[in-house]
Amino acid sequence: MKFKLIASVSKSLLLARWKQTLVAAIGVTFSITMFIGLLSFMSGLNDLLDGLVVNRTPHIRLYNEILPSKKQPIDKSVDYNTSYNFIRSIKPKNKLLEIYNNAAVIKTLQSDNRVLGIAPKIIAQVFYNVGTIDLTGIINGIDVEEENRLFLFKDYVVEGNYIDLKNTPNSIVLGKGVAEKMLTNIGDIIQITTSKGERLQLKVVGFFQSGLQDIDKVQSYTSIATAQKLLGESNSYITDIQIKLKDIVLAPALAKEYAALFELDAIDIQTANSQFETGSSVRTLISYAVGITLLIVAGFGIYNILNMMIYEKMDSIAILKATGFSGGDVNKIFITIALSIGIFGGLLGLIFGFGLSALIDQIPFNTAALPTVKTYPINYNPKFYMVGGIFSIITTYFAGYLPSRKASKIDPVIIIRGK
Amino acid sequence: MEKSILECIKINKYFYDPVKIQVLKEVDISIKKSEFVSITGKSGCGKSTLLYILSTMDTDYEGKLLIDGVEMKGKKEQELASVRNEKIGFVFQFHYLLNEFSVIKNVMLPGLKLAKLSEKEVEANAYEKLKILGIESKALKKPNQLSGGQKQRVAIARALINNPIIIMGDEPTGNLDKKNSEIVFNIFKELAEVYHQSLLIVTHDNEFAARTHRIIEMEDGRVITPKA
Repeated sequence: MKFKLIASVSKSLLLARWKQTLVAAIGVTFSITMFIGLLSFMSGLNDLLDGLVVNRTPHIRLYNEILPSKKQPIDKSVDYNTSYNFIRSIKPKNKLLEIYNNAAVIKTLQSDNRVLGIAPKIIAQVFYNVGTIDLTGIINGIDVEEENRLFLFKDYVVEGNYIDLKNTPNSIVLGKGVAEKMLTNIGDIIQITTSKGERLQLKVVGFFQSGLQDIDKVQSYTSIATAQKLLGESNSYITDIQIKLKDIVLAPALAKEYAALFELDAIDIQTANSQFETGSSVRTLISYAVGITLLIVAGFGIYNILNMMIYEKMDSIAILKATGFSGGDVNKIFITIALSIGIFGGLLGLIFGFGLSALIDQIPFNTAALPTVKTYPINYNPKFYMVGGIFSIITTYFAGYLPSRKASKIDPVIIIRGK
Repeated sequence: MEKSILECIKINKYFYDPVKIQVLKEVDISIKKSEFVSITGKSGCGKSTLLYILSTMDTDYEGKLLIDGVEMKGKKEQELASVRNEKIGFVFQFHYLLNEFSVIKNVMLPGLKLAKLSEKEVEANAYEKLKILGIESKALKKPNQLSGGQKQRVAIARALINNPIIIMGDEPTGNLDKKNSEIVFNIFKELAEVYHQSLLIVTHDNEFAARTHRIIEMEDGRVITPKA
């Protein structure tokens, strides 16, 4: 009952100056629209750029690094274990890049419920033969299906069909940059030389474009079996185990754990690509800062309009107080006015913000570096809408707070006697 | 002796700006039920100041103020607001109607604030009050469509809505022409004599004052007529 009365008084005061009210609400609408549009776009862009790396990078990579042994035989000798042992010119042991007993490692990992999936991989150094010229390159032997499931391999095969890599023996998906240098088309046979001097002919079944030119100029993909044949190794040979986790945050801790458990080298995505995370967080910060600035400006607009309204309605406030409305009631009336501007404007802003995002989503955005992207990226995260809504209410509340307090303190005697 | 509905004892009031001046000096007033009292005096004698103290809107004074036998000093702002809402009706020189609301809504507002009756009942009461004042036909108009005299009658209806124990008026006829003043005076008189409504009216119109039941004359912050 009481709230209904306050609401009806607020409503009539609002409608008495509906043009100004509208302007204030439009201010809020505009800022929330921009806030949503900006954040959705920025965050879409962030996801896109992160996706370039994060989608294609294993959360943890297990491999063997060629390094000299950290413990030399003399360190193990009982006679010298209290001494400082200096050995010069240590060379790495002839340890292979192969991961020993990898079937057992993979089995262990598969039973770990923190792991989303595992894709084995072979990395081999090769030369692409173009006439008399040899181009250096890297061939990745992959488990085509797992690679596609975990690292969206399909999205980056811009021509040809990725699954042919599995179905056609001795096939290769060439990096776009390599393919351009070699002037090859799909269906052509190319020749490569391994680092051990063996030659092999492979059929081109697709082109691959990652968006990172340096990678596209050297990398190509074959199936694991082809890579094993290329290197002349047995069918248990793999050099890398790529792990995708359910929660990316756990990567650094798990990398350490696996490195100790399997006695392998392990690198996590955060260590390997720390610059991307920094970039994303700074961009997000900037969008929030701009959005909040817009809202604060809108808040000042509301503050002004309420202040004016209070000066204009001084008489009405005085008579309300004289006839029994307390300062608290008057305060509530003006806070209600401010909040209704905020809620109305904010709600419209959320709707328009969604519209703006949808509009940006339709704008064509073609770039050679990003083969899967056809329009500007947008992230429709409901979180932004919630933050926008909450912020619009908070700012309008604070914008209304001071004028409302002023209104509640108006002394009816001064107004009435002043006439 | 009949109990006083409004009583003030030794009220002192000072203005501090620009220098300390005593505007009310030991004012004692007592008003009984269904009395029609006027306060007169020259401008600046403190009669309006006294009225605002009696109406609880001004709390900065010394002395005692009893409304319906209850001491007002030391009450919180909110409590005073509800005292004004329930027990006092106001009519000012200027009508102070809210132009955003219709006439009937203006009359209803204090009743809705009191919230003792449902909206329907308040509305029925408001129509009844407008009828007493002969302006029920204007109920759905906006105040700015009415004449000055009609507006003042709406303001009186608003003062009556919660059946207050006293109606206070600050120069209620000050802005009206002879004819409308007469109408308003007759309404007051009728309220006092037919409906036993107590009234306390500040005026400098001696003709008006002379026709009330009792005149309290003030000069330089003191009451100079002997207490009735």
